[in-house]
Amino acid sequence: MTVRRLADNQDINFKFDNQDLKFLNSLLENYPEDKKQSAVVPSLFYAQRKAGGWLPEKAILAVSDFLDMPKIRVLEIATFYSMFNLQPSGDHFVQVCGTTPCWLRGAENIKKACKDYIGQEREVSKDGICWIEVECLGACVNAPMIQINDDYYEDLDYERTVKILKDIKNKKNIIKGSQIGRKSSEPLERD
Amino acid sequence: MLDNKDKIFNNLYGFEPWNLVNAKLRGDWDNTKDILLKGREKITEEVISSGLRGRGGAGFSTGVKWTFMPKEPTGKTHYLVVNADESEPGTCKDREILRNEPHKLLEGCVIACAAMGAQVCYIYIRGEFINERHVLESALKEAYDDGLVGKNACGSGLDIEIFIHHGAGAYICGEETALLESLEGKKGMPRLKPPFPAAAGLYGCPTTVNNVESIAVVPTILRRGSSWFSGIGKENNTGTKIFCISGHVNKPCNVEEEMGIPLKDLIEKHAGGVIGGWDNLLAVIPGGSSVPMIPKEICDEVLMDFDSLQAVKSGLGTAAVIVMDKSTDLIKAISRISYFYKHESCGQCTPCREGTGWLWEMMEKMAKGEAKKEDIDTLLSLTKRIEGHTICALGDAAAWPIQGLIRHFRHHIEDRIDQYQKESNENYG
Repeated sequence: MTVRRLADNQDINFKFDNQDLKFLNSLLENYPEDKKQSAVVPSLFYAQRKAGGWLPEKAILAVSDFLDMPKIRVLEIATFYSMFNLQPSGDHFVQVCGTTPCWLRGAENIKKACKDYIGQEREVSKDGICWIEVECLGACVNAPMIQINDDYYEDLDYERTVKILKDIKNKKNIIKGSQIGRKSSEPLERD
Repeated sequence: MLDNKDKIFNNLYGFEPWNLVNAKLRGDWDNTKDILLKGREKITEEVISSGLRGRGGAGFSTGVKWTFMPKEPTGKTHYLVVNADESEPGTCKDREILRNEPHKLLEGCVIACAAMGAQVCYIYIRGEFINERHVLESALKEAYDDGLVGKNACGSGLDIEIFIHHGAGAYICGEETALLESLEGKKGMPRLKPPFPAAAGLYGCPTTVNNVESIAVVPTILRRGSSWFSGIGKENNTGTKIFCISGHVNKPCNVEEEMGIPLKDLIEKHAGGVIGGWDNLLAVIPGGSSVPMIPKEICDEVLMDFDSLQAVKSGLGTAAVIVMDKSTDLIKAISRISYFYKHESCGQCTPCREGTGWLWEMMEKMAKGEAKKEDIDTLLSLTKRIEGHTICALGDAAAWPIQGLIRHFRHHIEDRIDQYQKESNENYG
């Protein structure tokens, strides 16, 4: 278990507009009519995106209003699931997988690259980049790897990671997925 | 080695498009109506006689599991829930099915629903697989538009709905009852069994939870016949399996192979061998982080199937092979796994919530050597006090890797302690 708390600074406005409500209502179609609560994770996920990558308390409240759920029930979901960021996480949220399969292939070097080029873990840099170490992201034969926002970047080492981070700073296009030219998880001869 | 013609996942690597047109060219959705019209008993019998054992880790007969569902309508909705919450460290096979072979999974869902009289299927995909989910959603839309899913699915007269739901980063939701809790919009905390999901599962209705790979192989089994599938592999361990080979190998990869392939062949023929050669191998975790590791002497001979690995006190698990060569600090490697379980414990049962933290702290000390040799037995005893004393198997999964380490590499831990003692004596003596 990990202790997760809401951010101290909650100075942000948050309200669902009509377009948001249209999307959220479409989520409800996936579940039986009397089981709206099932949509809580996808709804929070949507709210997190709208709020810029993290969940302020007002967003949690908006979801609890929308789903007619007690605030505490939504709050405990937001603190239980690790993909909900309770603190601001920048425009480019870098998650470094540090679990054993990635660790065996040099995840420590990837963390070092992040420290060297972004800064301390969990702090948002002036370029809007933030990194944290996370648990297994399920791309173990493409280790070591990171996830930046929605996308996986795989088959990394220190230099390749630094290049990706520099390209983000310089707003250059980055190739997603394998950084050594693999299509997915096929065996590939490497040097 | 598995013949190419016997491979089920011909597009495992995504060299061809995943879409419906290409999936149909690969043989998916070919006359699914005829399969559905065989009726639930015939379909289930065929899957039972194929010998298919669940691919999510536990290895229980998939067909037999389906028979636990009520035979007659109960007035409630009956559910199939597909577990695509792939998070076991070392495991990345379902991801390839989701993004490269989504139609195999969807067709399997329709057939499995027919086989157990389920009307609704949920596919629960882990939150981090965002792109994979988008592919699956697009594939599902194609299948609905083509009449393959939904009212009168494939023209069979059966109404089968499929929905996609996602999580948000919690390993524990891979446990089937935690997954159901999560799908109901609650914290992913495992339920006490009984009642089993087949009696009271999602929303209190009869439910069966199956792994992605178990469901995705079903259409091919029914098309090619159970005897084809059971002719591959070994008795009681039949068919093909996707293996994920990670860690210290020259070409880490996913590969579909026959069950019971020698571990050495798997690593040398598909993954380019151990870095530095086979003799540089130290140990392998053969089935995802939860199973105990096996040392090189066992790796030399062992076969990759449920029974063979159980016989050497490990397990096939999800068939995620984590290879560690002689450069590996094994104690640190296992300590990192202990941290994972500490992080992922849901906190419901005290032995797991507290114990996983203690295990990790003791493992960190062992990794430094900052311990007494008696502490190794204390650590072992602690694992026994967690194992079997929790609602779900996460407690067991936290205990087993440490037990495996102590069973085979106790001398490593003792050497580390000696070395630490020696160094501190030199510093202070």
